[in-house]
Amino acid sequence: MSISGDDSLTRMGRIDFSGVIKQASLAYVPEVVVGDYVIVHVGFALSKVDEAEAQKVFSYLKQIGELGELEEKSS
Amino acid sequence: MKFLDEYRDAEFAQKFAREIHRVTTRPWNIMEVCGGQTHAIVKFGIDELLPKQIGLIHGPGCPVCVTPLEVIDKALEIAARPDVILTSFGDMLRVPGSTTDLLSVKAGGGDVRIVYSPLDAVKIAEQNPAKEVVFFGVGFETTAPATAMAVYQAAQKGLKNFSMLISHVLVPPAIEALMSSPDCKVHAFLAAGHVCTVMGYEEYFPLVRKYRVPIVVTGFEPLDILHGILLTVQQLESGRAEVENQYVRSVRREGNQPAQDLIKKVFEVVPRKWRGIGEIPQSGLGLAAEYAAFDADKKFGLTEHRVDEPTDCIAGLILQGHKKPHECPAFGTICTPEHPLGATMVSSEGACAAYYRYRRHDAPELAEAK
Repeated sequence: MSISGDDSLTRMGRIDFSGVIKQASLAYVPEVVVGDYVIVHVGFALSKVDEAEAQKVFSYLKQIGELGELEEKSS
Repeated sequence: MKFLDEYRDAEFAQKFAREIHRVTTRPWNIMEVCGGQTHAIVKFGIDELLPKQIGLIHGPGCPVCVTPLEVIDKALEIAARPDVILTSFGDMLRVPGSTTDLLSVKAGGGDVRIVYSPLDAVKIAEQNPAKEVVFFGVGFETTAPATAMAVYQAAQKGLKNFSMLISHVLVPPAIEALMSSPDCKVHAFLAAGHVCTVMGYEEYFPLVRKYRVPIVVTGFEPLDILHGILLTVQQLESGRAEVENQYVRSVRREGNQPAQDLIKKVFEVVPRKWRGIGEIPQSGLGLAAEYAAFDADKKFGLTEHRVDEPTDCIAGLILQGHKKPHECPAFGTICTPEHPLGATMVSSEGACAAYYRYRRHDAPELAEAK
């Protein structure tokens, strides 16, 4: 959403939790920029969500689904 | 919400469940050490999707639950002082000490305030220079970066009226304590995703080697938990014991370095008593000598009074996986979330409270340990 503060320890972000906007400290995620998804706990962003990794589980699920269907067809 | 809703998809959950059924041939007990996971497992009925051979043991993963009575009594003693504003997270207020709870102290005129972040407590201290502002800080490694920053900023600002009552606990020493117990029933662990987001997962490699027990770093959403269980069962069935990371979208092997740096600066590792379990060596964080001026324990000269747990409560057996909540005669009768007897009923992340809330009185039995 937006980022304020220039020193790394006081950098704060306005974060959109699906419509609810809250302030969180970005002190521990210096790499984060506006538009990133972050994991927040008690007012502190603790990590940036890796979107590519987040997608992998769904590719995997698709794969085990297809394998299952193949097994059903062949039996 | 992105990165949330899709992890609750029922069809995908069924796919994982079918895969877990397909690979499971023997009985296995898997322990989660995370209150958020415990809550999700019971809320979404994840254990009911699993094969009968898979037993889920709800370990000591709720920091509010494992905070010892003695520490809660100290918070109550501080909160009752007229010169004090005591601040804490909302779920600490209902937790009973040996005679009362913080909400009752508040109702009786004590200035007890709920804060969202420990930094809010620092702000209250700045705005109320005539009062002593104390933050009651409870939590695992996930919360430690926030409390460390509050102490650090209070020191930077030169605040003299701010201090903390700290009861931070650490996960790996608890896993070690459980595994070294001779009657341990646990075959594998799901490690808490947010704890590892902060700390990484290097600490788990020695445990995996020493106890030959798989540890899978796992997230909190239903699909995360099912995926974590699948990876765990695949390891168990193939005789492997490794550290694996299911929660890759948030957890990096080395964790969050800036957060760890500040934790190391502000805190030191200390022995800590866990409610329902007892003292575990090197399992807590206390303020380092440099920050001793912010230690509420020292500031108010508190003395510790040993308090015994209620004898009707079997929380210790539940936390170690020897009993399920509904097997306790006190469950739902003399022990409820409104009047909790012990650790696992006091917060919504405790196993008993989750079972009570979602009316689970018939959960599957545990598998016999091999």
